Amino acid sequence: MNFPILSSLILLPLIGSFFIFFNKSSEKNRTIKYVSIFITFSNFLLALYLWYIFDKTISDFQFIEDREWISGLINYKVGIDGISILFVVLTAFITPLCVISVISTIKYRLKDFLIAILIMESLMIGVFCSLDLVVFYLFFEGGLIPMFLIIGIWGGERRVYSAFKFFLYTLLGSVLMLVAIISIYWIAGTTDVQELYKIGIDQKYQNLLWLAFFSSFAVKTPMWPVHTWLPDAHVEAPTAGSVLLAAILLKMAGYGFIRFSIGLFPVASEYFVPLVYVLSIIAIIYTSLVALMQDDMKKLIAYSSVAHMGFVTLGIFTMTQQGIEGSIIQMISHGLISAALFLCVGVIYDRRHTRQIKDYGGLVSVMPKYAILFMIFTLGAVGLPGTTGFVGEFLILLGAFKKSFIVAIFASIGVILSAAYMLWLYRRVVFGKIVNADLKNIVDLNKSEKIILWTLAIPSIFYGFYPEPIFNTIDVSINSLIQTYNANLDIYFAGKN
Amino acid sequence: MENINLITSEIFISLSLMSLLILGVFKNNSSSIVYNLSIFTLFLSLLINLNLFSFNNFYLFNGAYKVDHLSNFMKVLIIVSGIFVMLSSSKYLKINKIFKIEYPILLLSSILGMFIMISSNDLIVFYLGLELQSLALYVLASFKRNDQLSSESGLKYFVLSALSSGLLLYGCSLIYGFSGSTNFDQISNNISEVQYGLTLGIVFILVGLAFKISAVPFHMWAPDVYQGSPTSVTIFFAILPKIAALSVFIRFLYVPFINLIDQWQTIIIFVSIASMVFGAVAAIGQKNLKRLMAYSSISHMGFALAGLAVGTNEGIQSSIIYISIYLLMNLAFFSCLFMLKRNDIYYEDLSDLSGLSKNHPILALCLLISLFSLAGIPPLAGFFAKFYIFLAVIKEEMYFLAIVGLLSTVVAAFYYLRVIKTIYFDSQTEKFDINHDIGLKISLLVSTVIILIYFIYPSPLQALISKIVIL
Repeated sequence: MNFPILSSLILLPLIGSFFIFFNKSSEKNRTIKYVSIFITFSNFLLALYLWYIFDKTISDFQFIEDREWISGLINYKVGIDGISILFVVLTAFITPLCVISVISTIKYRLKDFLIAILIMESLMIGVFCSLDLVVFYLFFEGGLIPMFLIIGIWGGERRVYSAFKFFLYTLLGSVLMLVAIISIYWIAGTTDVQELYKIGIDQKYQNLLWLAFFSSFAVKTPMWPVHTWLPDAHVEAPTAGSVLLAAILLKMAGYGFIRFSIGLFPVASEYFVPLVYVLSIIAIIYTSLVALMQDDMKKLIAYSSVAHMGFVTLGIFTMTQQGIEGSIIQMISHGLISAALFLCVGVIYDRRHTRQIKDYGGLVSVMPKYAILFMIFTLGAVGLPGTTGFVGEFLILLGAFKKSFIVAIFASIGVILSAAYMLWLYRRVVFGKIVNADLKNIVDLNKSEKIILWTLAIPSIFYGFYPEPIFNTIDVSINSLIQTYNANLDIYFAGKN
Repeated sequence: MENINLITSEIFISLSLMSLLILGVFKNNSSSIVYNLSIFTLFLSLLINLNLFSFNNFYLFNGAYKVDHLSNFMKVLIIVSGIFVMLSSSKYLKINKIFKIEYPILLLSSILGMFIMISSNDLIVFYLGLELQSLALYVLASFKRNDQLSSESGLKYFVLSALSSGLLLYGCSLIYGFSGSTNFDQISNNISEVQYGLTLGIVFILVGLAFKISAVPFHMWAPDVYQGSPTSVTIFFAILPKIAALSVFIRFLYVPFINLIDQWQTIIIFVSIASMVFGAVAAIGQKNLKRLMAYSSISHMGFALAGLAVGTNEGIQSSIIYISIYLLMNLAFFSCLFMLKRNDIYYEDLSDLSGLSKNHPILALCLLISLFSLAGIPPLAGFFAKFYIFLAVIKEEMYFLAIVGLLSTVVAAFYYLRVIKTIYFDSQTEKFDINHDIGLKISLLVSTVIILIYFIYPSPLQALISKIVIL
């Protein structure tokens, strides 16, 4: 048997967290810092290696591991294809940056935070790898526990409220998915995704099952009108928590849509396309308008996240090659850029302890390096050509135009609005005169901040100019996904007529 | 000649019970010896029971007593939880000055009663067992007799329980009158059609049993008794009688009355839904941890009953898995409660947990694990308990039950989260003592570790329980 590389990716952080758990927790203890950096970084290297040896020419799942788990019922099955590998790499890429950020900013209970992040990494990689619905659910829901603690222990003033809201919203969405998963087990006789792709699910159940999955993914995405937990969670979470939340947690739902909603319930997906379009358009326009009104920087970026995820859901349900590829790139780009934006807010928050936009202004004269990086990410969020944001949004709009002209028009308004709120934010924070006297002796980026932000900036520009490696990876899988989808629909409509 | 070997453990427990009583009376200051010997007795009877584990479908005393996989497994559960309960609570008893010889002896006789309940295949034997375990529990509930709350809880439990026993006995007589027998198998043979008297009898017995597992609407006693009794008795209440009553539920519903499933299924579904929802909602405002656990156990019993409502072997097995995991979670939680001690006073309010994670990180982590598991969050054991239940429920397409149950877990999650919030997010208070005895540490560690790592390999328990085939 081959080396179980996916399980190693999942287990490595977990082992690291065990090691840290049994270490002494004093503020001077450097071991836990080095161990956590080492573990997450080696996990990233492992993920890169995985991307390297990943066969981009076949659409099937690769590196499959299949072990008996709950005897006779469920197997522990993991495997990746072109869609999931990028998310695995993204997770492994973001986590070390979070660890570095945590080590330099968190002042109390560092050890617990590191353990939580490492467990989080395991669970999230597990989400993207799992090829069994129950295993998926286990990883998907398990992430609630560390995130709840991260928001609740290291969060801001209203952390308790936000943590509860986050937890209960997501749990409420997910329990219906559990009912659906168990129903699938009895309807189809298995929860193995690969098997389910082959045998398909009876059409008469698809709509209800789709809705149950949708309730979970819609909360997690988050889609309008169940997005209200996200701004709260983001605002109160510590910087690293926001980064994890924005960069990876939100992607679980987008991934879920592609893998499960479209993959398992093609007929229902086609049926509910209008619903998703309407909700996505509302999310894009409404939350962009809301973002314009925010005084709190983190809240603004949180609302912009909702708008960006609106693009993602729109793109996925165009069911076109361009749309879905655009969504995946948009998710990765959002993972890099929103993570960076939250880190940017974190940088000035750590110095001034306020997130209000009006407390800043004129930072360009005191923090030039910061201004440059912030500019890069602002433009990335706007979707300027030359950043990954552009590639994603462009493709999504292309896909949308193919399907519906009106939807595409509305979505394009969102692009304009995103430029409005992001550039306005940038202008108010960075340009202008220094009104607040405290800002005069603010220090520019320190070494670790520079490392983190440049590490995020480089790929988001590189893949903006040269997205070929990403396309290369996802092309074949998405092609086959759409082909199967259309074939299923053809069978269905042929049977109907 | 009856095959007496099969009831060796019952005989052994009753003999040692009597000899311990004699020892306790004639020897001065013997409470410690009696206590430890009781644990030893349980341990030996565990070994005996494990030895009998492979025996299935043996009848004794003209079919009045039955030894099968169900009874063996449930007895082992009872003994194991009995051992852990006694291990964890000895220091509590000493500090509260209720470390007397009667205490372990009452525990043992209650356990003996449960054994008889579990194995009974006859209404009369079943009633005898039930009363033996209840009588011991009345005394235990009011064991701290100088304490007002404890006496109140004992009295409350006694009055209500006696009432429910009365109803149950009336139900037994009705069933005897309409079917002509008290033996479960013979009842099953004798009844041919639906008779209202028989249905009424089933309802009365279900009322009595629902009272014992504190299912809504017969739950009123639970919060007061849980709060008032000494914690060492509360943990006993929370675990052991429920195991016994659940196995009687299984045997009573599925052996004589399986053909009348249409008559009782709706009742069980109602009781199950009511318990899940009420337990979840009512716990929200609670400030006392023991009271909170009372409501939590009401809600958990609702889930266990949901498995029984299904009417299939999978349903029964899922209920048994549920109760086994429920046992672990309660054991872990109450062991933590035993550790909240400062200068010989035990604390049991929610606010006393404030900021526990800063002073006692390990204890806080154990509480965290047991609470998230009680809430049913994956990947902890509590999730699997619920998973099996819903697997069985959804197989029979009882979607309403499944969805209500799962939504109630969301409500229930709220109050578990509130406890976690107090532990992890609030500011710290004074430290608690850390000189705990080894038995308490063992029971906490064992239960928490099993809850935590159960997900890695859930098959053994499932394989064990899948042998229990009633239908």
